[in-house]
Amino acid sequence: MRPDAVDGRRVVLGVGNLDRGDDAAGRFVARRLREAQLDDVEIIEKGGEATQLLAALEAASAAFIVDACASGVEAGALRRFDVAAQPLPSKAFALSSHGLGLAETIELARALGRLPPVCVVYAIEGESFETGAPLSPKVAAAITGVVEKLRAEIVTVAKQGEERDA
Amino acid sequence: MAVRTIKVDYLARVEGEGALRVVIRDGGVASAELKIFEPPRFFEAFLRGRAFSEAPDIVARICGICPVAYQMSAVQAIEDALGVDVGAPLRALRRLIYCGEWIESHTLHVYMLHAPDFLGYEGAVEMARDHGDAVRRGLALKKAGNAIISLLGGREIHPINVRVGGFYRTPRRCELQPLVEELKRARDAALETVRWAARFDFPDRERDYEFVALRHERDYPFYEGRIVSTSGLNIAPAEYDAHFEETQVEHSTALHAHMKNGGAYLVGPLARYNLNFDRLSRLAKDAAREAGLGPVCANPYRSIIVRAVEVLYACDEALRLIDAYEEPERPFVDVTARAGVGYGATEAPRGLLYHRYEITTDGMIKDARIVPPTSQNQPSIEEDLRRFIGGWLELPEADLRHRCEQTVRNHDPCISCATHFLRLEVEHAS
Repeated sequence: MRPDAVDGRRVVLGVGNLDRGDDAAGRFVARRLREAQLDDVEIIEKGGEATQLLAALEAASAAFIVDACASGVEAGALRRFDVAAQPLPSKAFALSSHGLGLAETIELARALGRLPPVCVVYAIEGESFETGAPLSPKVAAAITGVVEKLRAEIVTVAKQGEERDA
Repeated sequence: MAVRTIKVDYLARVEGEGALRVVIRDGGVASAELKIFEPPRFFEAFLRGRAFSEAPDIVARICGICPVAYQMSAVQAIEDALGVDVGAPLRALRRLIYCGEWIESHTLHVYMLHAPDFLGYEGAVEMARDHGDAVRRGLALKKAGNAIISLLGGREIHPINVRVGGFYRTPRRCELQPLVEELKRARDAALETVRWAARFDFPDRERDYEFVALRHERDYPFYEGRIVSTSGLNIAPAEYDAHFEETQVEHSTALHAHMKNGGAYLVGPLARYNLNFDRLSRLAKDAAREAGLGPVCANPYRSIIVRAVEVLYACDEALRLIDAYEEPERPFVDVTARAGVGYGATEAPRGLLYHRYEITTDGMIKDARIVPPTSQNQPSIEEDLRRFIGGWLELPEADLRHRCEQTVRNHDPCISCATHFLRLEVEHAS
């Protein structure tokens, strides 16, 4: 399916609930990247409701989505999924208390032709999702590393875009 | 004796966590239980000992889909206890933010949760692959509702601009104008939604429900009115406790509500529509008639059309309210603490939402009672299952399970709200 009009927006989408322990990891990464003031990158934080995530991805040329997951690996572990190439393994992202989780939202965007041509999910393994809890020490310790890796990828994607345009 | 059990361990496309268990014995439905196992939420207890001014922000957290409803019933009840009348312009703004919530909540249910049942898809993602234009229309429509809530509530989810006495800040007339074009497009999309839903194939099932909804002297009810019913109940919100009661059942962490002298009843879009058809706008009435609905609709499967009609009405009404908007002199009226008990009833997207608060002389909440729509509808949902699925018992297991789920989704249960969640279990006893 042909993607809808793409306007070149580059977005970082931090997904999660700030009051549910490690679920907030994506939001904290987004906040650190906002402080870094990257050129031409829109930093968005969302709770995870599907239609809001779809709206955030609309007309973007590149999207970097950061979310917590629970797949049974060690807490704080970072995994990168190129979801423009293939679907996200949905079981690890089924923590949404709403109807559609992140994996389904990405598939909905793909079905509607709204998935950005570059779309990457950075998944941080969480261990505690308790109401009102802070980030667990292992996840808190992982945030800086995630920010650096993501920042490097954003810069690389931007350079590739510039080279294509030149 | 032949016994079959149909189980849905984790009911999809509903808000929250629950399950369904239907026992079929000797070719008939022996029992049907909507099992709600989402943990209790304890909001009524959280409210005790807090200042009345904190209530709108606390109760907004009960639901991410219908926070405005909780805020509206709370402020209405607390203002009743404190003897405050906010006046017409602020009431109109409360009605406008409620329009936004109906648009976004109903559109989510119509397109993402309920339509896949009628078009034969597992869910919205599968449906979107074949019906992309329809899903895009639904998303655009929902966005218009979110835009109203963002503007008046300060943000889309769990609004922060609602207070006892009015709003923290009210918009200038010019700030509402950008909504007008979006709402006109939304109204067209809503009309198309009514026509789209009307073409679905509906099971021929009807039931003689006792409908309960608000009724207002002039308006289709969101924000205010008397509580009326099919059998002639006509009471003020303050009389709710005298006529309705909640009881505990073993299979649910949500309470079940009944009429003290009547039994199960139904709140929500069908109830509002049937008790208030004459209060709809001409556009909404005409669309309902074109969709084949009369002034009364007792087929819950057709509730998807009624929701679409209510979305159309909410777009139409939002445009009317914006056109007639007069900026209030102040965003809120002053409120002074005093001891008292107050009652509030408004129409959440899923139906009547009753709140009662007891306030102490120093403005603290001594007691709070919150009766959400899904608590009120659980007995009727179970009765629907017992009455309706009998004709489908010969279907293959997967199809029967789907019919059971669809029957529950007719009423858009919000389990998170009522637990005070869903899995399906159909048992064929033998």
